[in-house]
Amino acid sequence: MSKLKIFTKGFFAENAVFVMLLGLCPTLGTTTSAINGLGMGLATTFVLVMSNIVVSLVKRQIPDKVRIPSFIVIIASFVTIVELLMQAYVPDLYDVLGLFIPLIVVNCIILGRAEAFASKNNVIDSILDGLGMGLGFAMALTMLGAIREILGSGSIFNISIYKGDGALVFVLAPGAFIVLGYLIALINKLTKKV
Amino acid sequence: MAKQRESTFANMVIVLFLVSAIAATALAFVYQKTKDPIAKAKLEKKKKAIKNVVNDFDNNPIEDMFKIPVEGGDSVECYPAEKDGKIVGYAIKTFSKKGFSGLISVMIGFDPDGHIHKTAVLEHHETPGLGDKMQRSKSTFSNQFDNMDVPNIPDKDNDGIVVEVTKDQGTVDAITAATISSRAFCDATERAYNAFKKIKKSD
Repeated sequence: MSKLKIFTKGFFAENAVFVMLLGLCPTLGTTTSAINGLGMGLATTFVLVMSNIVVSLVKRQIPDKVRIPSFIVIIASFVTIVELLMQAYVPDLYDVLGLFIPLIVVNCIILGRAEAFASKNNVIDSILDGLGMGLGFAMALTMLGAIREILGSGSIFNISIYKGDGALVFVLAPGAFIVLGYLIALINKLTKKV
Repeated sequence: MAKQRESTFANMVIVLFLVSAIAATALAFVYQKTKDPIAKAKLEKKKKAIKNVVNDFDNNPIEDMFKIPVEGGDSVECYPAEKDGKIVGYAIKTFSKKGFSGLISVMIGFDPDGHIHKTAVLEHHETPGLGDKMQRSKSTFSNQFDNMDVPNIPDKDNDGIVVEVTKDQGTVDAITAATISSRAFCDATERAYNAFKKIKKSD
């Protein structure tokens, strides 16, 4: 696989949310607005890249039978570091996302990439894979958040578009499922899978 | 390229130990580095909230903070604001447990005569898009509390509570589809007002 392909496959061909349907808990839970989706996506990207780097560096030193616990410890450490850093330097964003940050640990995308990619490939490829997958995830979350924010609150990135309350259902959980369903259908249509 | 390490018992124990030890060290290091900035960020937030809810002051309300016991064995924090040695208001950090999900923490600023100066939400976990409209930036709900003349609100249903939503015979218009959150906000305000009355009495 070429380097470019490793990077770009995360956006459409193997997009974590739209194609592989992984990590749906944070996807549905955090995307009440575009900025929340973007923040969550970028935090996940950071953890994904860092854990991919470390896992690909130590992959030969970790015996097969304990690789999952080792990966989890590595991932959990990075998540905690992100949480502390956000709390210290971007408290405003932490106010919004704080609740969801610890959930990055159990986001199966990260363990999935560590297991399926980083533990079999070199550092450079693993960084590209982490970046591509993470940014693809962030893109999906931002799209979902933007659509829900426009329909539900009548604004985008907190900039008001039209007056009024919008359709409340899109801010609540059912709206997340509805928008995600239509987005997946649209992506499948565009990539001519159906 | 080095060969994959074998899954012998000794190898597994050593590797897991090393992984955990390195992770623990890294976390301890980051925690040390971020401890002060985190405390500072929290203090800044509190300071900003106090500044927003009371009149201009020249003392340090954080240092002059005192606690006032309220019902249920809890207490609220009171930050007196003074200018030239005279009290110009009290910022009271109050709370409500009646929110839709979890504790709501609000800073309420009172003028010395019992008018509410302004309010600021410090912490809440209400539904984004509904209950979070109690935040000033998201809707006009909290504007109703600015300059609210709490001592002179008539208690229509004689239940001893004056700050209530219209559904409970009060004067506050609730947020659409978020009556619980609105009630909680009123509950927090009422608690702050009760604490304020206690301060007044002891003066």
